[in-house]
Amino acid sequence: MTAIEPIPTETPPADADRRSDANSWASPVDRLSTTATGASVDTVTGRRVVGPIQGFGQMWQKTFTVRLEGIALTPQALIARWKDEFPTFWPKGSSFYKPLAGIAPGEVALFAVHVPGAPVRMSSGVMVIYADDESFTFMTPEGNALSAWITFSASRDGDVTVAQVQALERTADPFVELSYMLGANRYNDRFWEGTMANLARAMGVAEPNIETVRICVDHRRQWRHIGNIRHSTFISTTIAAMTAPVRWLRRRSAGKG
Amino acid sequence: MSDTTGRIELRSTDDPTARLIRIEGDVTSASEPALSDAYTQADASGARTIILDFGGLEYMNSGGIGLLVTLLVRAQRNGQRLLAVGLNEHYRQILALTRIDEAIGIHETTDAALAAVR
Repeated sequence: MTAIEPIPTETPPADADRRSDANSWASPVDRLSTTATGASVDTVTGRRVVGPIQGFGQMWQKTFTVRLEGIALTPQALIARWKDEFPTFWPKGSSFYKPLAGIAPGEVALFAVHVPGAPVRMSSGVMVIYADDESFTFMTPEGNALSAWITFSASRDGDVTVAQVQALERTADPFVELSYMLGANRYNDRFWEGTMANLARAMGVAEPNIETVRICVDHRRQWRHIGNIRHSTFISTTIAAMTAPVRWLRRRSAGKG
Repeated sequence: MSDTTGRIELRSTDDPTARLIRIEGDVTSASEPALSDAYTQADASGARTIILDFGGLEYMNSGGIGLLVTLLVRAQRNGQRLLAVGLNEHYRQILALTRIDEAIGIHETTDAALAAVR
C-alpha cells in the first residue's frame, strides 16, 4: 500500500492529554424505553431509533447559531444550563418531558409539539445518543415525523460564547415530505429559531440575532424507506383524534347497557 | 467540539479502483475539510470503492459521526461503495447505535473489504 498524498493536519497530543469519548456515547439499544414523566402519550417505548440514513425525504443540514454577545458564560456553563433547563427554551405550545436522569447518554425523553394542520399535538420523543460538557445529540424514534440527529453545542469565538443547534434530517415518510414541501420545512426552521432566541434571552441577550443556514445535502428521496409510513405517529395520532367521538359514544353506550 | 487533533491520509490499495482513507486521532466536525479533501482526491482518481480505515481513531464525537453520513451521501451520489475497516469494539458499537452500519460495510481488514467488493 502506498501513500498518495497526506492531508496535513495537526500533530496529535501526548497520551496524557488525550480526551476520551468512552463515557459520552450511549450503548446500542434494540428497543427504546423511557423514564420521562408527565407526557399524556408515550409513542416511543418499544420503537427503534432512526437517523437520516433510515429516513425517506431529502436530507437537510440545518444550522442555527446565536452569539451570546457580552454574556460572561463559558461553553461548558452554557451547555450545563441548556441540559438542565432544556424544556423551558422550547417555543410556546410545545412540551418536552425530561427523563429522570436528565439529558445523559442513553436516556429517552418525550415531547409533544404543535404541527400545522394537525388536529392535536404530535407526541414523540428522542434518545440522547451523545453528551459531553460542550455538546449533546438527540436521535429520533421510528414514527417521528423526522428521522434525524440533532446536536446542541457551544463553543468560543474570540471572547464570545456561541450556541448552535445543528440538525441532520430527512422526513420519515412521503406524507411528512409533502408537508415539508408545503411549508412545514420553514415551520421547523422557525421552531429552532424560536428555541435559540429563548435560550439567548434566558442567558441575558436582549435582542438575539439568530443565524440560520440550510443546506440540502441530498436531493434524492429514499423510496426504499417508503414503508416507514406504517410507524407514523402523525397518522396514528390524527386517526385517534378523528375517531375519538366514535369511541366516546361506544363507551357511553356500553356503560348504559 | 470545535478543536481537533488528528491526521487523515489518502492511500492507494492493491485494487486500482479502491482508495483507502486512513483516519488517526480525533474525528470531530473540525475534521470536515481534511476528510472532504481526501474524499475529493479519491473521487478524482476514479475510485469506485472508498475504504475508511479507523485503525488509528482515538476520539470521535457526534460531529464526527455527522461527517460520515455526509460522506456516505457523496459516495452514494457518485455510485461508490463506502466501507470501514479497523474499527475497535467501542466504535463498532457507535456505528451500530447510530445505525450507520446499515449503510457502510464493516470489515476487519482492508484485504477483507477488497475481497468483499471483488
